[in-house]
Amino acid sequence: MLQIKDLYAKAGDRDILRGITLDVAAGEVHAIMGPNGSGKSTLAQVLAGNPAYEVTGGSVTYQGIDLLALQPEERAQQGVFLAFQYPIEIPGVSNAYFLRSAFNSIRAARGQEEVDPLEFLDYMEKKLELVDMDVEMLSRSVNMGFSGGEKKRNEILQMAVLEPRLALLDETDSGLDIDALRIVASGVNALRRPDNATIVVTHYQRLLNYIVPDFVHVLAHGKIVKSGDKSLALELEAKGYDWLVEPQGALAS
Amino acid sequence: MTAPYLADFTTLSNNGARAEPDWLRTTRRQGIERFAALGFPTPRNEDWHFTSVSSIAEATFTPLRGASGQVAKSALEPFQFGQSDWPVLVFVNGKYDASLSTPASLATGIRAIDLSTAMRDEPSLIEPWLGKLSTSEDRTFSALNAAFMSDGAVIHIAPYIESPIPLHVIFVSDANAAKGVAHLRNLIVAGHHSKATVIESYVSLGDSGYFTNAVTEVQVEQGATLTHYKIQRESQRAFHVHTIDAQQSRDSHYVSFSFATGAALSRTNIYTNLAGEGCGATLNGLYMADDEQHVDHQTNIVHSQPNCFSREIYKGILSGSAHGVFNGKVYVHPIAQKTDGKQTNNNLLLSERARIDTKPQLEIFADDVRCTHGATVGRLDEMALFYMRSRGVSTDAATKLLTYAFAADVLETIEVEAVRSELERATLERFTGSSATP
Repeated sequence: MLQIKDLYAKAGDRDILRGITLDVAAGEVHAIMGPNGSGKSTLAQVLAGNPAYEVTGGSVTYQGIDLLALQPEERAQQGVFLAFQYPIEIPGVSNAYFLRSAFNSIRAARGQEEVDPLEFLDYMEKKLELVDMDVEMLSRSVNMGFSGGEKKRNEILQMAVLEPRLALLDETDSGLDIDALRIVASGVNALRRPDNATIVVTHYQRLLNYIVPDFVHVLAHGKIVKSGDKSLALELEAKGYDWLVEPQGALAS
Repeated sequence: MTAPYLADFTTLSNNGARAEPDWLRTTRRQGIERFAALGFPTPRNEDWHFTSVSSIAEATFTPLRGASGQVAKSALEPFQFGQSDWPVLVFVNGKYDASLSTPASLATGIRAIDLSTAMRDEPSLIEPWLGKLSTSEDRTFSALNAAFMSDGAVIHIAPYIESPIPLHVIFVSDANAAKGVAHLRNLIVAGHHSKATVIESYVSLGDSGYFTNAVTEVQVEQGATLTHYKIQRESQRAFHVHTIDAQQSRDSHYVSFSFATGAALSRTNIYTNLAGEGCGATLNGLYMADDEQHVDHQTNIVHSQPNCFSREIYKGILSGSAHGVFNGKVYVHPIAQKTDGKQTNNNLLLSERARIDTKPQLEIFADDVRCTHGATVGRLDEMALFYMRSRGVSTDAATKLLTYAFAADVLETIEVEAVRSELERATLERFTGSSATP
């Protein structure tokens, strides 16, 4: 489904990704782990098309097409979804309007008919249950006054509504207590299908108890320095990252 | 560049104005004398520092002589908020058009006639107020208006009358207004303990260049609440100068909203004097400009008596090479203790070349007051834009939605639902396909 080849990217003058190569097949869950500043969030942002990052080398092929040639909205329309580490607050735009705009934009791009507000509310009912959210949250401005846990649940709600083929979860576990973590993880698991794939970016092993990965990759200084199965995550939990990180990187960070 | 106006005044004095009552002739003469003495303001004048009127001063405008007679009722529908049953007074190219107007549908206790009829047949409806609520002393355009005022709406709301239905005054210009000037003068007298809404719309049915020079005089009597919306959707080539002068008696509330999106150059002055205790003034507005448009708002809230409050929120959205100006003055007289004033001006710039000059001014001479003000200038939030795009929303739709969201809270202050939803729609559509470059 996704082939990343020797990907380089920078933010401003700073090189962040320095040659990432990764293959993700349909039905798989990949965990990207690594210390702070290793580039794991950047990888997620670059795949979603954040214009703040400049790709300076390599290629990304998604379902046979050149992902890097697409605008962020086109990537979303093709089924790419990024759950933000820090979801954005948008005063003045209701959650319901935002979700329906997104849902209809993606439907329109796929040649499907748009849905009206009442139909959409029906559709939302089951999705809200999935992340244990009250319908009242739909009438509030996007993420305004939401707690950390509510923001993350709102991200998974959007994912449930948009039903992506490739879901990128950027530190979705950060700032969550164990109850919120369970809700978020069970939402993600409920959305897993044989024809979609998930990339989980995380600093901690804890989330992987709930979203069990098929592969674990460790990023350091913009490169994958080790790959393995889920047992690698447990090893990292026990030993930390230091044994994998080269000393040159310590200077750079 | 005052000479053509002085010549026009001589013509007016020798013709139509000859039959007018003495007090009106005096008002006109004083107006032209002040205009001749003041001349057009230059940027050296502090109140006009950011707005050059040379394009008005150097052009020659012919006084508009009357209705074109070509405006169909249906042509006004887009400006009527979907409310065909609201009473309307319609002025075409500066002249009252009885065939398009429906004063008969006004609620009992509300009287609305055109100024030219009032001057001729019922001067008692205007004489006690006209030219007295508004000053021309240091204001060129008001002085010019006093000299030439030809038509406009005269509205009287009787004491204790409460009308749930707004009265809509529409000034419409069409192709026949090209190179013409209309000096419009309106008078609104809200009787004590009355409650009513008056809407003034300045709209265009074409893209001709003309000059609207309007003055609205407002008296809000004791205990009355007057809601006064001004909607400026002039032609993109028009010049528009409008001064609203409100005088408030004890325990009155004046609620103003100014929506400005048209004209090549527009200047709206809103002055209110809280001349009795326990008054409130709410002055809100939204201005939007694009391309080479220039949009200027000046507000002056004078707290003359104790225990009054004022609330002001103005928002601006500027794109292309547009230039916005906001100058909000709050003056607190030495005896106006316990004044509670709050003023905010927020601006959103959608392009590199768009510009805003914002100048909040507090002049406080009492010691027991609570007054705050703040102004901001910002651009669209890049992260919010990316967030929306990452959910499949197009750049254009995301820009529109974020721009609308910026203005949403000030539009929400419009209490008349039909007006609010129409202006929300107009705001959402304002920058579609424009030169916005977030």
